[in-house]
Amino acid sequence: MHPVLKLVVQRLALGLILLLACSAVIFLGVEALPGDTAQAIMGQSATPQALANMREKMGLDQPPLTRYFQWLGGVLTGDLGLALTNDADIAQSIGQRLGNTLFLAGCAAAISVPLAIILGLIAARHAGKWQDKLISGVTLTTISLPEFVAAYFVIFLLTQDNVLTQAIGWVTGGSGRLLPVAMVFPGMGFWERLNAVILPVIVLVLVVLAHMMRMTRAAILNVMQSAYIETAELKGLSPMTVIWRHAFPNAIAPVVSVVMLNMAYLVVGVVVVEVVFGYNALGQYLVDHVTKRDLPVVQAVGLIFAAVYIVLNMLADIIGILANPRLRHPK
Amino acid sequence: MRLPFTQTRLPLAAFIGLSLTGIFLFCAVFAQWIAPYPIDMAVGGVWESPSAKYWLGTDTIGRDILSRLIYGGQITIFVALASSALAFSLGAFFGFFAAVNGGWIDQTLSRIVDLMMAIPSLIVALVMLSVLPLNLTVLILVIGVLDSTRVFRLSRAVAVDIAVMDYVEAAKLRGEGGAWVIFREILPNALSPLVAEFGLRFIFAVLFISTLSFLGLGIQPPLADWGGMVKENKDGLVYGKSAALVPAFAIAALAISVNLVADWVLTRTSSLKGGRGG
Amino acid sequence: MADDTLLDIKGLVIEATSYPPGEPPKEVTLVHGVDLKLRRGKVLGLIGESGAGKSTIGLSAMAYGRGGVRLTQGTITLNGRDIRQASARDLRTLRGKEVTYVAQSAAAAFNPAKRLMEQVIETSLAHGIMTKPEAEARAVMLFRKLGLPNPEAFGNRYPHQVSGGQLQRAMTAMALCPKPDLVIFDEPTTALDVTTQIDVLAAIKEAIRDTHVAALYITHDLAVVAQVADEIMVLRHGRLVEHGDTAQVIHAPRQDYTRALVSVRSLEHEEKPPAPPILRVEGVTARYRGTNFDVLKNITVDLAPGQTLAVVGESGSGKSTLARAITGLLPPTQGRIGFAGRQLSRELKGRTKDDLREIQMIYQMADTAMNPRQTVGTIIGRPLEFYFGLRGAARDKRVQDLLDQIEMGKGFADRYPAELSGGQKQRVCIARALAANPKLIICDEVTSALDPLVADGILKLLMALQSEAQVAYLFITHDLATVRAIADKIAVMYKGAVVRYGQKSDVLAPPFDDYTDLLLSSVPEMEIGWLEKTIAHRRMESAGN
Repeated sequence: MHPVLKLVVQRLALGLILLLACSAVIFLGVEALPGDTAQAIMGQSATPQALANMREKMGLDQPPLTRYFQWLGGVLTGDLGLALTNDADIAQSIGQRLGNTLFLAGCAAAISVPLAIILGLIAARHAGKWQDKLISGVTLTTISLPEFVAAYFVIFLLTQDNVLTQAIGWVTGGSGRLLPVAMVFPGMGFWERLNAVILPVIVLVLVVLAHMMRMTRAAILNVMQSAYIETAELKGLSPMTVIWRHAFPNAIAPVVSVVMLNMAYLVVGVVVVEVVFGYNALGQYLVDHVTKRDLPVVQAVGLIFAAVYIVLNMLADIIGILANPRLRHPK
Repeated sequence: MRLPFTQTRLPLAAFIGLSLTGIFLFCAVFAQWIAPYPIDMAVGGVWESPSAKYWLGTDTIGRDILSRLIYGGQITIFVALASSALAFSLGAFFGFFAAVNGGWIDQTLSRIVDLMMAIPSLIVALVMLSVLPLNLTVLILVIGVLDSTRVFRLSRAVAVDIAVMDYVEAAKLRGEGGAWVIFREILPNALSPLVAEFGLRFIFAVLFISTLSFLGLGIQPPLADWGGMVKENKDGLVYGKSAALVPAFAIAALAISVNLVADWVLTRTSSLKGGRGG
Repeated sequence: MADDTLLDIKGLVIEATSYPPGEPPKEVTLVHGVDLKLRRGKVLGLIGESGAGKSTIGLSAMAYGRGGVRLTQGTITLNGRDIRQASARDLRTLRGKEVTYVAQSAAAAFNPAKRLMEQVIETSLAHGIMTKPEAEARAVMLFRKLGLPNPEAFGNRYPHQVSGGQLQRAMTAMALCPKPDLVIFDEPTTALDVTTQIDVLAAIKEAIRDTHVAALYITHDLAVVAQVADEIMVLRHGRLVEHGDTAQVIHAPRQDYTRALVSVRSLEHEEKPPAPPILRVEGVTARYRGTNFDVLKNITVDLAPGQTLAVVGESGSGKSTLARAITGLLPPTQGRIGFAGRQLSRELKGRTKDDLREIQMIYQMADTAMNPRQTVGTIIGRPLEFYFGLRGAARDKRVQDLLDQIEMGKGFADRYPAELSGGQKQRVCIARALAANPKLIICDEVTSALDPLVADGILKLLMALQSEAQVAYLFITHDLATVRAIADKIAVMYKGAVVRYGQKSDVLAPPFDDYTDLLLSSVPEMEIGWLEKTIAHRRMESAGN
């Protein structure tokens, strides 16, 4: 077997094992935590009878492993069970919301990825000069902000009548003020939807851009400091040729890996931002049901987030393997 | 013996970071004496603007924001310190343990940490908090345990790097015991990255507890930390009331200033390695 | 008279900004007004120790400053025009077309993502010097001339698919392909093993001769430069020390510094007669855990008290592994190690404190051999404390005695390793070993990382200490000149086995086995024409077989 294929298969297998292990942690780990699950859900005032009913409803009378495999079997066939609080079918509730979450994250990615790479290139090209220091300084600040703090700064700036919104309004011909909520509902058109998510997208871009840009800068600088770049310069090639033909092929793998890792980061950022803007999607659904202590929903949604995260990390690794000439062309 | 930290020139960024961090810590420790009003008493009108009486204005039910900010800082910093200290002791202990022992101990611990890091911390925390009671101890434990994985990776990597150095081999060849090797050869050289890491872990814990409180899953009323204060006052923003921005700003300021300090510690001490010892 | 000057550098000053950690940046001058003249088709050797500025001067012929280095004064006239202040565009047309560069580490200088052929012909195409088929044909011709295997297909490979010696030749082909007027060779054979170096050196020399190109040949090794250069410039701390014909510089140096450089290799050592051994290594075989390949194969050597056994070999020969086996870091799978009349445990754990004390070790990299957080006093004092229980004033006094022994004066005990020079660091490591009052010191390439004059001082110190303290040395090295200078006995290692072993005079005298012959004859000698003679001799022998 070709060594690259072998490595990729190994990585895929590792990803699967991780997924399985995560499902076990999410299901069985919760079991292992101290406290009576039924009690936690019903509260201190619950009658013994109500508690017993709840235990039976949750299947708590059966051994944990049995329930884990039943649950896992359900997950694999798309049956995520019923929510405790309203008996709604979890899979159905998730479907629409997952789409909304992916739409939001996708929009943020579509803007932040090219922007981060361009800014990273500029910072790397002018490393140590004012352009670099400016970009680094600004991004150091945004890195220190949690998502919700960034969100309220943005809301304060863009939803009020101030110089900024007036300027925007003057350019776009509207009021320039944006709504601090992001309402979406089924049947909405693509453009309407896009219009609705402008603010959350801005926040997500702000939060994810800094990390991605800094890592891109580091990856490119790392390549640009290689001896073979000096060789190319001493061949009298133009700066564009040096970057395009010599730096770029070697920078693809680290940059793609940076992008993937930050997409994984975006998945988490989305949870908080959805809550801030009341965006009806997976993150808000999760937080709602954590508050309601609706365990089956929390486990199902948690598993989905974990899966997305693991798959993105796995893709980053696989792209790294594929882009490595030493592995692609073995001795 | 000369101390490695003498004749230090303090860069501006580090100075700003150190003084801000100092002010935050001071307010947190002496909150009870500094705060002009009690934490949970409506003393004025709703969302009053800053005035001589209420320096930062009042909040959604007329409580003094400055007082709540000071008390909130106490809780935020306490939880963050406690959980990062827990993360640190756990992570550093097991990290060194894995690095020094190697073999199956290292493998097992490393795989467990890999697994814990395969799921985003916030998601794990949410799953755990859906079952656990919401109190300070639980929050500190959850944040501390989740965060210890990063400390584990760092301290293990640092210790492994140092353990292969010739001077460690020389100590083993001399016949030194494990305690000398760990405490006299490895630890002094691992200290600087670990100190800087403590700063980063602290920031992470601040952001984490703030986020949880903002989601309503952290500190519960009537206590309030900064994240919770943002949550309480967020609706005012739509009416142009900036009460929510004050705690938000405090979170950012604390995170940035600790970041600056950690940055300085890292460059200051890493330069010692290759540069002059003086 | 037709002027055939290709490169004429006058009053060149090169500066850089250095960033000492914890201190404000400061300006340093690397080159202080150097003049240099090179005629077409000639080879000028630039020689000096580290920090002499030889690479910096070499690159100035392309008006290139590496890592923020600035060419601040003087003129650099190449093909009749001053290039020091030429525009970036003009420099691009000159680099690669008129001047090309061969780096020390070809492995790093080739782009890992591109095939060799693409990189070798890139310059010729980018400057429009020839068409692609012409360039490829020339590259294949150069591959053949440089003795690369299967020249037609060689260019299809990726850099990581060929050996270090082959890459260095490929880089030479890359430099010669666009038919430049001048090639800068920057230590092109330094990273290679000695038996590989000679072939690459010969290939480079032939290629230079056949293409009539001029060259600046930069190296720290006088014997190497004597083989290829017409003239030699000796540099030190960015200043010219001496400039002359190759023959004059190596046979009749005018300056003290040059004389010191030339005489480094003539350190003499009189072999001591055989004596009953203190160390006996008998049939030692070893492998790393989890592998099924013996890195040491049935090694038997011994060493008498107060004598030196030199273990010689190239990288991968197992010479350092032998040290690990003797110290107990790599327990042998077979064989025995006897020391001072007793049997040593295979494992480090099984050895007594006296076993450990009597065998000390000195490492190649003094930098990593000392804990950067301990002062010199602690580093040297710890063995005194640990083995002899010395404390307080008694310990401090002994530390000072040891510092005196290694010719370092007062005040060093309070310093940290980072405050010492390379040679001083290695001396402290020697003092640490001596502090244990050992009977045997294992020296693992202890002079390899040092400049020749500093290394020379360390060797002299080691020899003096040996006659004082009657300590035995197991001296691991790849450098045969060092072996000649210090050994009583020699073991030649190749692929994990000892291929030749005995008293120095016997090992270094014919008849030789094939490998020792190859190894010995590959070490450049400071003699003009040595390279041609050796290569001709080898060709004759292989024709004879």
